[in-house]
Amino acid sequence: MDLLDIARWQFGITTVYHFLMVPLTIGLAVLVAGMQTAWYRTGKLRYLKMTKFWGKLLLINFAMGVVTGIVQEFQFGMAWSAYSRFVGDVFGAPLAMEGLLAFFVESTFLGLWIFGWDRLSKGVHLACVWAFSLASVLSAYFILAANSWMQHPVGVEVVDGRPRLSSIWAVLTNNTVLAAFPHTIFGCFAVAGSFLIGIAAWQIARHHRRSGADDEDRRAWHGSMRLGAWVAVVAFAGLAISGDVQGKLMFEQQPMKMASAEALCHSEAPASFSVFAIGDVARSNCEDVKSFTVPYVLSYLANGDFHSEVEGVHALVPQYQEAYGTHYPDDPRLGRLAGQPIDYVPNLPVTYWGFRFMIGFGALAALGAVAVLWLTRRQRFPEGRWWAPLAVLAIGLPFAGNIAGWVFTEMGRQPFVVVPNPDPSGIDGVWMFTAQAVSAGATPGELLTSVITLTALYGVLAVVEVFLMVRYVRGGFEAVMPPEQPEDSESGGALSFAY
Amino acid sequence: MDLPTTWFCLIALLWLGYLFLEGFDFGVGMLLPVLGRRDVERRVLINTIGPVWDGNEVWLIVAGGAMFASFPGWYASLFSTAYLPLLVLLLALIGRGVAFEYRGKVDSDRWRRGWDRVIVTASWISPLVVGLVLSATVFGLPLDERGDRVGGWWTIFSVPTVVGALAVCGFALLHGAVFLALKTEGEVRERARRFALRMGVPLLLPLVALLLIAQFTEGSEWTWVPLAIALVAALAGLARLHRWREGQAFALQGVALAGAVVTLFGALWPNVIPSTLDPAWSLTVADTASSPYTLTVITWVAAFGTPAVLVYQGWTYWVFRKRIGTHHIPQVHAPS
Repeated sequence: MDLLDIARWQFGITTVYHFLMVPLTIGLAVLVAGMQTAWYRTGKLRYLKMTKFWGKLLLINFAMGVVTGIVQEFQFGMAWSAYSRFVGDVFGAPLAMEGLLAFFVESTFLGLWIFGWDRLSKGVHLACVWAFSLASVLSAYFILAANSWMQHPVGVEVVDGRPRLSSIWAVLTNNTVLAAFPHTIFGCFAVAGSFLIGIAAWQIARHHRRSGADDEDRRAWHGSMRLGAWVAVVAFAGLAISGDVQGKLMFEQQPMKMASAEALCHSEAPASFSVFAIGDVARSNCEDVKSFTVPYVLSYLANGDFHSEVEGVHALVPQYQEAYGTHYPDDPRLGRLAGQPIDYVPNLPVTYWGFRFMIGFGALAALGAVAVLWLTRRQRFPEGRWWAPLAVLAIGLPFAGNIAGWVFTEMGRQPFVVVPNPDPSGIDGVWMFTAQAVSAGATPGELLTSVITLTALYGVLAVVEVFLMVRYVRGGFEAVMPPEQPEDSESGGALSFAY
Repeated sequence: MDLPTTWFCLIALLWLGYLFLEGFDFGVGMLLPVLGRRDVERRVLINTIGPVWDGNEVWLIVAGGAMFASFPGWYASLFSTAYLPLLVLLLALIGRGVAFEYRGKVDSDRWRRGWDRVIVTASWISPLVVGLVLSATVFGLPLDERGDRVGGWWTIFSVPTVVGALAVCGFALLHGAVFLALKTEGEVRERARRFALRMGVPLLLPLVALLLIAQFTEGSEWTWVPLAIALVAALAGLARLHRWREGQAFALQGVALAGAVVTLFGALWPNVIPSTLDPAWSLTVADTASSPYTLTVITWVAAFGTPAVLVYQGWTYWVFRKRIGTHHIPQVHAPS
């Protein structure tokens, strides 16, 4: 493996890992804020228990999201310094905005929320959890604006061969981010919804199946489960709508990505949507692949018209070659790629299956959520023993869908790190090959060291996080509702919450 | 002052904020086994920074992000050149952050001892690396004409950068001790105060050495002023601590740090990283700055964002202004 491969693996591993924590944090934070609001307004103990229980799991997860986020910011400079120099004028601005306008709020108000249970008035304390959760949503917006610029550069002019920011407004209202943001946020809620369903189902099955409907805890678990199911169903509807908008944009902005998402070799009119395929989709002659298709659907997905033409990989390659060259420059910093022909087709199996797994896992989770809504109507709970374990397993579905979606998005834009956009809304003439983006100053040994140590540490921490989560889930409400402590008149009371 | 120079000052300010704030929470972490003899005392120590350490760390993220936005060339060259030290810093910060959050989540001595070790180790390593990398940007790196490193990862180590590492580490230790004297009560407070008074001067020596090296190799005449302020404030801080005025001592530590940062960045300007190979290849403020438009945009963001941050972070410190003693620490409550 050379520097480029290692750097790409590192980016993939650290990003995917980071993005396991982030959606759960964002979705769960808003839901916990909602639970605390319910407690604030009604004063019912079960809402307090829900707030504390789900809040504790949120904290366990948040810690990991934060610490893995620093790696994300640093590695642009560490492993991708040529990229940083090229796009710094544009890309750094949303990153700095995320820090100043969102991340400071997030971290400060989380501290206030954790330690403020007995120090702040109820209203102010509630405001803290809302500030924290809304800032984490805002944080996602800035990061997605930065990422969307790489998918669809806007708001810049080219000076001395480098993009120079000419309108920050254009970057922040890029149609790509306006589509990607709701899609990602709905993805976060799908994760949080399934998380609530799985854990609450397990609790009811384990402890509360036989207790009556008046049991307060059982009602809290049941309520959590229904809340999770509603959230997941609404989130999936949002995912479908925003995904369709995003897809149409991408057919326009990155036709190669979408053609490879379909493993569509030859242009078709009308084009059929491939549901799944048997055989090696990477073979570009397409003859050996048995694809199970639905006619007209791809035309609709691409253009909103059931009969329109969709361009295939073979038709697109010459267009890309004409616009962006046939060979990499003969620069020794490109390593083994220097002077080599440019392969404009992304990894087909990854894009093809990434796209299908994203939709498939998401749809499966949504079906499960609909089933939960039906099965738990009017305080009911299904009798079967298989039920709760299945709900626990289903927690993984939207996670897998999210990951597949990101892998598809990022791998689908290869060989570019900044994708050129020939369409009228984008700026043609700004692009960068991934091979040109990597740090020339760092050595493969340094990058390999970091891939190995980070992956090992992430592996250990994943075990620790799951271990702690399981412990707190088993502990249920009792583990998060501390027993009354004797009042210490001298000190004015102990901290009700402390490390 | 033109925009690039303004942003050079703002970057210095962000690093100052970071060193001041996370400086003391690193110090608290380093002093965990020294000042916390029993577990409940260690919990007192950790809870003095519990509500704020995460917000403090964001200063690092913002300093990095702001360098990326305002001086992409500086950010790219420094971070790629200091690859391995920064990797070590990342590993330490990951472990440390997780350790604070997870330490109390299981009621077991072995569990707590393990995470304590992580906190202590990471709290020692982090300021060393921050000091190493920051002083490397002041004293220069072997950069070629494109800003890429020539030579291996060890080229970052030189006498001034190692002194820089020790300087930040020593400052953090003292700063943490003064902070603990200010924030705790009872025996922990006594111990912290005694530690700061006894160790204060030796802990400040590397910082003084660093400032003098910077002054004599790269400094201008005016940088003598912040240097002198730093020295006087540091000593005055120790004197106030001796008189039990911990708050004033802590504030004077801040003044000393500000003097030190101004001296170092003043010595660095107009470069952002001198090249040790050829002065013509040095990265400068003018060459690495983003376009005027980008700088204007982030200036507006900073103009609105920074005061807000100062207000609500200040409010956090106000909310948790009370001293903490062992009797404030609730019993461990974790699932068995």
